[in-house]
Amino acid sequence: MTRGLIALAVLIVTGLLKLPVERDLAALHRQEHFRGVEFNLDLREKLGQLGFIAALSGFRAIVADSLFIQAHAAWENTQWGRMLLLFRQITTLQPRVLLFWDTAAWHMAWNASVAAMNDTNQPRQALRVKAQREYFALGKDFLERGIKNNPDRPELYEALARLYKEKYKDHERAAEYYAKAATLPEAAPWDRRFSAYELSYCEGREREAYERLLSLYDKGEKERLPTLIKRLKVLEDKLAIPEDQRIPDTLMKR
Amino acid sequence: MFTSLLAIVATSRMLPRDIEDRTVYTILAKPVPRFEYIVGKIAGVLLLLAISTLIMVAAFLAVLYMREQAVLQATAKQMASAPPDQLADALRAVRASAFNVDLVPGIIIIFLKACLLTALTLFVSTFATSTIFTIVVMVFIYFIGHLEATAREYWLAVHGGGLVTRVCLAIVALLFPDLQAFNLVDDIIAGTAISMAVFTKTALLGVFYTVIYTLLAVFVFYGKEL
Repeated sequence: MTRGLIALAVLIVTGLLKLPVERDLAALHRQEHFRGVEFNLDLREKLGQLGFIAALSGFRAIVADSLFIQAHAAWENTQWGRMLLLFRQITTLQPRVLLFWDTAAWHMAWNASVAAMNDTNQPRQALRVKAQREYFALGKDFLERGIKNNPDRPELYEALARLYKEKYKDHERAAEYYAKAATLPEAAPWDRRFSAYELSYCEGREREAYERLLSLYDKGEKERLPTLIKRLKVLEDKLAIPEDQRIPDTLMKR
Repeated sequence: MFTSLLAIVATSRMLPRDIEDRTVYTILAKPVPRFEYIVGKIAGVLLLLAISTLIMVAAFLAVLYMREQAVLQATAKQMASAPPDQLADALRAVRASAFNVDLVPGIIIIFLKACLLTALTLFVSTFATSTIFTIVVMVFIYFIGHLEATAREYWLAVHGGGLVTRVCLAIVALLFPDLQAFNLVDDIIAGTAISMAVFTKTALLGVFYTVIYTLLAVFVFYGKEL
């Protein structure tokens, strides 16, 4: 009995000693992007009782993977609403896994939006277009939140740039996000080029696009790809660049 | 998860079984101090955990290597007509997403969490009356340990709340280990790099808990009537 009480007292004293250490460690973990999930009432409502307990007890990755499989099954049955709910849960549980954000955005902006546009149950085109735009926005929202959780990784910036380019036809925003991706470590070598391509479609920013494309062209053979030369030629004509300052025509045949 | 489960199940059976089989009397009748008996028991489980962790790591690396090779071959086949520099970039990206050196500290942290659970289970089993009791208590501790960080934050941050709530939060925060601190591998797999500071501090916390719970187990075992 006495030994039990002494052991309890030791545990309490140890608890008081470890408290600031654990608190500092938790802060350090958060600072370095560990413990990205806040276990609060909002998460509890999103996950349900069982999922919350499972996530809380260290099975976060397993719960997220299981939900991902469920989301895949929902996709096969074209249950877009269920997919949205599942992907919100998945990304909440695993905010540092880029695949989940990217896949969620792709499903919403590419698959669900096309399904909404081809929905035969909705005879009014205006409403179909509205539904399609809503799915674009959902895809964009996933990517923006993904970027907020992973500001140091270029992949989601690239995905958002693609979404702006292909779905919104917003070349200025696409150029902006490709440029942001290009500034990050581990960025793909083509991000800088793609940013310049997108800028070359923007009305009023042709001069800036031309200068960026030309600087890439001047880097050497490796950057002188057919699309880059084609966009440069278009801009040379548009900006009426003097003949002696233009790139050689022969390269067009490369 | 498997190492944690193994740590709890393997340890919870040790003391009650030795008492039931009366093996403990045979051992302690010889000039073996109780301290050595407990340390020997825990060392055996830690060795078992180390071997099982190594086997799992070897299997994991073998699967990872095979998957990497398959993806490399598929990528090389798909991009056969692409310029060499683009192909090299693609292959580099595949290699970068396969084995990550940060997995090594992540695995060590998993092992340390299992060591902590082993020591804690041994401590619980020194005053438990049966294996089932120890396992049930450890399952509760496992869940509460993962909740400890949340309880600690609420206890230290929230000034409101009733007295009962605050006392409960304080008990959880003081008596239980923060097991969430050892769940780093999920984020490492997702690409988060682990710094030396994070690894060292987490590892030291794991060692600290293991030592404290082992000493407490020895202390309680010395007073146990056999």
